[in-house]
Amino acid sequence: MPPAHDTPAPRFGGTERYIATADLSMAVNAAITLARPLLIKGEPGTGKTQLAEEVARSLGRPLLEWHIKSTTKAQQGLYEYDAVSRLRDSQLGDARVHDIGNYIVRGKLWEAFASDEQPVLLIDEIDKADIEFPNDLLRELDRMEFYVYETRELVRARHRPIILITSNNEKELPDAFLRRCFFHYIRFPDADTMSQIIEVHFPGLKPELLKEALGAFYALREVPGLKKKPSTSELLDWLKLLLAEDIPPEALRSADGKAAIPPLYGALLKNEQDVHLFEQLVFMNRRTSR
Amino acid sequence: MLIRFFLMLREAGVPVSLTEFLSLLEALKQGVAGYSIEDFYFLARTVLVKDERHYDRFDRVFAAHFKGVEQAFAALAATPIPADWLRRQAELWLSPEERAKVEALGGFEALMKTLAERLAEQRGRHQGGNKWVGTAGRSPFGAYGYNPEGVRVGQDGSRQRSAVKVWDRREFRNLDDSVEIGTRNVKLALRRLRRFAREGAAQELDLGGTIDATARNAGWLDLKLVPERHNAIKVLLFLDVGGSMDEHVRVCEELFTAARSEFKHLEYYYFHNFVYETVWKDNRRRHAERIPTLEVMRTYAPDYRLVIVGDATMGPYEIVQPGGSVEHWNDEPGAAWIERLRRHYPRHAWLNPEPEERWEYVPSIGIARELLEGRMFPLTLAGIDRAMRALNGR
Repeated sequence: MPPAHDTPAPRFGGTERYIATADLSMAVNAAITLARPLLIKGEPGTGKTQLAEEVARSLGRPLLEWHIKSTTKAQQGLYEYDAVSRLRDSQLGDARVHDIGNYIVRGKLWEAFASDEQPVLLIDEIDKADIEFPNDLLRELDRMEFYVYETRELVRARHRPIILITSNNEKELPDAFLRRCFFHYIRFPDADTMSQIIEVHFPGLKPELLKEALGAFYALREVPGLKKKPSTSELLDWLKLLLAEDIPPEALRSADGKAAIPPLYGALLKNEQDVHLFEQLVFMNRRTSR
Repeated sequence: MLIRFFLMLREAGVPVSLTEFLSLLEALKQGVAGYSIEDFYFLARTVLVKDERHYDRFDRVFAAHFKGVEQAFAALAATPIPADWLRRQAELWLSPEERAKVEALGGFEALMKTLAERLAEQRGRHQGGNKWVGTAGRSPFGAYGYNPEGVRVGQDGSRQRSAVKVWDRREFRNLDDSVEIGTRNVKLALRRLRRFAREGAAQELDLGGTIDATARNAGWLDLKLVPERHNAIKVLLFLDVGGSMDEHVRVCEELFTAARSEFKHLEYYYFHNFVYETVWKDNRRRHAERIPTLEVMRTYAPDYRLVIVGDATMGPYEIVQPGGSVEHWNDEPGAAWIERLRRHYPRHAWLNPEPEERWEYVPSIGIARELLEGRMFPLTLAGIDRAMRALNGR
């Protein structure tokens, strides 16, 4: 095992900008203490990516972000051999060309391994990559070391980085990979947690507005058949708009008890079919209540 | 104490390995969890469970292990059919001769009527025996027992896999293992469905074309570009959940996972046993949020390919008779609905996880095959191949 830190492991319990529930804090702390990667899943917009930033901030550690795309290869996280530059340099007679090490470009994982203090490494949206991608990182995540064939060099982590991995569930991850990770599923926050989150982002929000807005928001999430349910980040955007437009709380509730379309609902529904479905429902509701 | 917990988790179908168990012990040793049961719960869940689909199973095992089995027999008279009657107390394994002695009671209506009468007569929990509603008996009513024409009442998982059931269940189970379909080989087969329509702007380097053109150009570089590939296939997926599909859910989930990354347009709906007037999108809220099948047909044009995944193993009543559904009252028989779907989606196929050799022994599969005019295929690599070919044709 590579050297673990002698000092007691730092603990994470949310920050002034980020509300972490008890189970989430426990998951992060377990991952930090045992130096295992933590896999985070959850609905889009529940703050998976933000978690890494906040963990790094609250522990005072550098944050390295590796964003995965469908074309990303595992090798790119370790290093890349820039053969084209070397070819060009050889044509120009550059002296650098004799040392192959000049053309090895470090990837995010290497940077994390070489860091002077224990860094936080975010591997964002791992499910976007090819189905073999996680398998190609097994040894690297397990032993925290890899071999550079071009320079015959073994790169080993100086401090096991705190690795947070997010996934949107677009692909199933292989079992062997899951075995090496801890796992946490961020549940959609309940109304209490949501009020805390809003308090963090909009301190001193008028309680009536908060109450009405949350009511409208959760009612909207209950509409069956929505393609994309509005999530925390959409609620925060919407509140920002409501505040900017200075909309009174009464506007969110219809006085005569009929269903109302919340103002500026474009911030909550991101899909024209959803907007259409929603308008239709409201329309039908009005007709029946008449 | 923890070892028993570990074994219980495995028994309940949470895939935990020894490595993870050791990690948990290590975490406990390092004092991650403190001394509250809630902390321990969060920690154990983080370390042992790797998929949110298993959270529920984990919770149940955790509750059972750490709170002790709850006293199940209280509040007996509160409801007409308390679920605890049907809690498994014993298992009844009859020899084939004995099984043959168990007589069927008659038709569907007769069964329902007798059940109602008997429930009215009976007061109290009952186990074993030949008449009363309870567990492990040979009466046609109840759970965990053996009667070929029985009506299942409140059993956790379906034990015989069919309310009016097939005989040779144990053989089926063995054959299930021989269906070797994992995420990867399903993917291979599903590729058949891909039809690459090249459309859009020319973005991709056509290497072969470039070499060819360059050679013709006497060595001067002549770049050729082709449009990027887009998958033009649209798929509508209907999945059977619950009931007799319990054992096949795993296979179907794998198929489903593979399918999701394979198509650009993929819509999925769930049904139970057979397609009726409503289907649903969210399995946890299947009773609250049902979507009319007609609406699904209106929403998705006939150019969608319809793939139904189900074992079609059920009582024949459930297909051919109005009101035959085990869950609700259906005005029209399932056969009418499948016909409607078939007419709307000319390109369709039914994938059946049940091994093909067994099909002729299950009457309901025979009926479904007739309704589909042979477009039913086994859920094996070869079967999927055939299904995909059928979907691409016509």
